[in-house]
Amino acid sequence: MKIVVNGEKIDVKGTTLAAVLEELGHGGAKVATAVNEDFVPAALRETTELDAGDRVEIVAPRQGG
Amino acid sequence: MPTFYGKEIESRLMLGTAQYPSPAILADAFRQSAAGIATVSVRREAGSDKAGQAFWELIKELDVALLPNTAGCHSVREAVTTAHMARELFDTPWIKLEVIGHADTLQPDVFGLVEAARILSEDGFQVFPYCTEDLVLCDKLLDAGCQVLMPWGAPIGTGLGLNNVYGLRSLRAHFPDVPLVVDAGLGVPSQAAQAIEMGYDSVLLNTAVAKAGDPVAMAKGFAMAVEAGALAYQADPMEPRDMAAPSTPVLGKAFLE
Repeated sequence: MKIVVNGEKIDVKGTTLAAVLEELGHGGAKVATAVNEDFVPAALRETTELDAGDRVEIVAPRQGG
Repeated sequence: MPTFYGKEIESRLMLGTAQYPSPAILADAFRQSAAGIATVSVRREAGSDKAGQAFWELIKELDVALLPNTAGCHSVREAVTTAHMARELFDTPWIKLEVIGHADTLQPDVFGLVEAARILSEDGFQVFPYCTEDLVLCDKLLDAGCQVLMPWGAPIGTGLGLNNVYGLRSLRAHFPDVPLVVDAGLGVPSQAAQAIEMGYDSVLLNTAVAKAGDPVAMAKGFAMAVEAGALAYQADPMEPRDMAAPSTPVLGKAFLE
């Protein structure tokens, strides 16, 4: 299925947000997520089903002012 | 020392974590600044580079309170979603709320700011709004649930100092019990001292330290400046006057032709 992750179109096998995070190498990493501009808490990643074309944001702590 | 949302902070300096020449210099600058709060952000992470994970390890060692921001957000929705992601990542209800309204000046979209502040406050966030020194705006931010105000000194990254001293002084006078922080626009320590001398509780800066030729020395300079400013404020400064007044006693001066 083709989805958009951090602005880039990619092909993924997983169908849930948790599976896609694992597939992209974020398993266990300190990241936060949003799908189609809405925040998805970590506790809901397992049950959040993704559809083709969904826009997923994966963010981490970073320098800021 | 300032108290933000019930948490007392042992420093009047809040320091950003961006733009340092190296992680080691960042850590040294923080030590010399004695800052009690570090601002941080959330940004896209690629599974391969793990940049965020490395930064997280560094920031934990600073042993300071974390204030995540919504830097770069131009809409209410974007800011609210970013705030939620930051709350989960950094495990804090604190959020430095930025809703940017103009690309050149990075000045806040004050209408979006009030709306986002209300939404987030109702959702349990403790909002530190990056705002202008407009009195009416600040009143509305307090109505929206903010218990801290962070007016700019000058546009972010300019180093111009306190552009509107009258406006900032007016805010202090109107809100004697609200913690006030000058956020953004400071370039040198004397400007930080000036803010604290006026009764501001704290100053927030980043570029002035990170982009100095010697960030560690500049961090120490700012630490000394806010301490000097606080002593001056507590010491009740004299009133300025237009006419000179001799400080040396006139009485007893020898009459010499």
